[in-house]
Amino acid sequence: MAERDSSLLGGYRVLDLTDEKGLLCGKLLGDLGADVIKIERVGGDPARSIGPFYQDVPHPERSLFWFYTNLHKRSITLNIETADGRAVLKKLVENADFVVESFEPGYMDSLGLGYGDLETLNPALVMTSITPFGQTGPYAHYKATDIVGVAMGGMVYIYGEMDRPPNRLSCPQFYFLGCLHGATGSMVAHYHREMTGQGQHVDVSCQQAVVLSLMVVAEIWDMLKFSYRGMGPFYAGARPGSLPLFSRVVYPCKDGHVFLLVTGASQAGMVASSRALVEMANRDGFALELKDYPWQKIDASSISQEELTRLTDLMQDFIKTKTKAELFEEALEKGILLAPLTNMKDVVESPQLAARGFWEQMEPPELGTTITYPGYPIKITEAPCRVQRRAPLIGEHNEEIYQKELGFSKEELVALRSHGII
Amino acid sequence: MTGQVFEGIRVADFSWVGAGPQIARELAFYGATVVRIECHRWPETTRTAGPFKDGITGINRSAFTAAYNVNKYGISLDLNMSRGQEIAGRLVRWADIVADSMSVGAMAKWGLDYAGCKAMKPDIIYYSTSQMGQHGPYSKIKGYGFIGVSLAGYGQVNGWPDRDPLPLFNNYSDFISPYYMIAAVVAALLYRRKTGKGMYLDQSQVEVGVNFLAPLLLDYAVNGRLAGRVGNRDAFMAPHGVFPCSGNDRWIAIAVSCDEEWQNLCNGMGHPEWAGDPRFSTALTRKENEGELEGLIGEWTKSHSAAELMTALQEAGVPAGVVQTAEDLFNDPQLRHRQHFRFLEHKEIGVHAYQSPAYRLSKTPCTFTKAAPCLGEDNEYVYREILGLSDDEIADLLIEGVITTETDMPQVLSGRTRG
Repeated sequence: MAERDSSLLGGYRVLDLTDEKGLLCGKLLGDLGADVIKIERVGGDPARSIGPFYQDVPHPERSLFWFYTNLHKRSITLNIETADGRAVLKKLVENADFVVESFEPGYMDSLGLGYGDLETLNPALVMTSITPFGQTGPYAHYKATDIVGVAMGGMVYIYGEMDRPPNRLSCPQFYFLGCLHGATGSMVAHYHREMTGQGQHVDVSCQQAVVLSLMVVAEIWDMLKFSYRGMGPFYAGARPGSLPLFSRVVYPCKDGHVFLLVTGASQAGMVASSRALVEMANRDGFALELKDYPWQKIDASSISQEELTRLTDLMQDFIKTKTKAELFEEALEKGILLAPLTNMKDVVESPQLAARGFWEQMEPPELGTTITYPGYPIKITEAPCRVQRRAPLIGEHNEEIYQKELGFSKEELVALRSHGII
Repeated sequence: MTGQVFEGIRVADFSWVGAGPQIARELAFYGATVVRIECHRWPETTRTAGPFKDGITGINRSAFTAAYNVNKYGISLDLNMSRGQEIAGRLVRWADIVADSMSVGAMAKWGLDYAGCKAMKPDIIYYSTSQMGQHGPYSKIKGYGFIGVSLAGYGQVNGWPDRDPLPLFNNYSDFISPYYMIAAVVAALLYRRKTGKGMYLDQSQVEVGVNFLAPLLLDYAVNGRLAGRVGNRDAFMAPHGVFPCSGNDRWIAIAVSCDEEWQNLCNGMGHPEWAGDPRFSTALTRKENEGELEGLIGEWTKSHSAAELMTALQEAGVPAGVVQTAEDLFNDPQLRHRQHFRFLEHKEIGVHAYQSPAYRLSKTPCTFTKAAPCLGEDNEYVYREILGLSDDEIADLLIEGVITTETDMPQVLSGRTRG
């Protein structure tokens, strides 16, 4: 085991029993330095079949989803549906600090591996269960995929074109959100364990994690009885007693799109931002009628839709003559609340991310090439986070864990393998 | 308060607006003492942008501010005045943790950056969260979560392939970033306990956002493929989408991940014969004939209510869920079972909803002890009881305007309801 103080979670062990629903949680604990052991089913975890794949080759050792969500981890295979497999797991639990699982509620209990069982073996254990809706309640056994989950959490309704069904983001978020909150809850429970010696069960609802990501959507309902709905390139502001105010926020430009907010003085920086943008437009002969516009008097509760549309149309006429880079350069310099809508190429080439040393690079020997990963988004002075190792191959660490650590003999390993237990 | 996880942990919370204040809120849910420092002379955007109680503007009427500051003590203090900075220094010496989400450089101007705070309290744990991080060519950018979301690549992956990209109303990175920080700060507290050392944590919200698009990022970095918008479709599953239901703007999400779920769906729809239809009988043919399939399903769903369909399809073994509106969330029996919304009485807003953590701890549940403070609501308690100032000192600070009492920005309250 690693030294306990070499990183924030150095030397603490996580047993990761999850599938795609929970993989990111162990990765996040590994980011902080935990020793994470991915316990895969014999033959490999089904999440290895989730694309995209390295060079588009659909192979269990080529999943880029797997590469990212299993960074830092070691892998052993184990069939916990057999009595011998359960005995092995229990042995591992005795020396573990965290167990993370994402089975259907009740499954672990049915194997005699529920929190109550594991707590008896190791009272200091923190066990984290990540499921779509939580361990109990009327929807606890509902089936969910990403789109079903984000829809139930309210995240689909707030995105969309007006003439089409509301839509999800084109990249799954439901389980990532659950895992993020799972890692947070695990750490709160970890703190309590370190102070008292007492572990506990952390029961995560991915649906609640989605609701917490909606900014002020729930609060708008609570105050104004208005359910926010995605409205194409506009924001729709609720105005009690009148129709919602539509404010354009996505503007086509010469080579793509930018985000720009034009609103009232209630938003800090807004007045200066609008003035600076008009100044820029005026230089090119656009929006001349807005030269001395009284931005500080814009009041979104009373401005007419016609007037706001006139303002944003004038902005639009100017913006479409400029490139993303031209607009963003001046926005940075003058404090204009505008940003380009970047794609992954822009992100990879960002001078800011390079200057921060954001990217992590690994050279998995079996691929013979360098893979670039998003790094940890917090720079920590005393205990910087580093990638411990690339995602493991199926059962890559069976010998290391079973023989060296648990003391199984070669013969016993062979026996376990021939019975389909590892 | 006995037995709370973070009992005795003290936070001087200089953060503001969206992403920052959520971090210490989590610690306050589990017993930390958090003092939020604000000033009437530059009230934060959430206080001035609403949504306001009954739609009536007021610096203490915004549920936006209240949401992220439940369980905290609130004081008013002008950090631009040297006496204000001195009082802030006393709070730093009192605190275990200092929180910052100001524009880069603001805290340094007040002598309250990490170096300044460390000089006052050598083992301080100090976190900063900002759009870009504390250094680098874009670090001076001022802005809200929409800047971070746009620069992290989200704008290109929301919407439909044949249309312009769509905005993310919820400034998504503001609502992922706090949880990365909470986990790290808790680890930092334990690190300090073992080593006696504090530390500095510098978060970039854009970098958080990029992490949550990692599969798309890797697909570009490794395979050179630029992700686009795919509406509600999935690369492999079909049918996979959002279908119309009876009622006004009501929808259901349905996803079929295997042949068995497809058969279940056909049975649920009362068309068991579709299961064997060669156009749809395998995952590949369903994907190939996806448009036709979506049309047939939409024809069926549109005469049923979304709630009815969800119940029936879940019963039949099909992943299906109502596209819930904000109103639906408040009536959702599962969220109710989880006590997601809790109702507390705020001094000016009255009884209103607060949200709980997404996880339940079996032995140390979260607690709701105090509605969010009005600006300066806890001045007396904090200045007198926590900092030990005398009545005379407090009176002087009030007269000098160091402890602020009223906003002198009459035009700032525009009455705009955010969004």
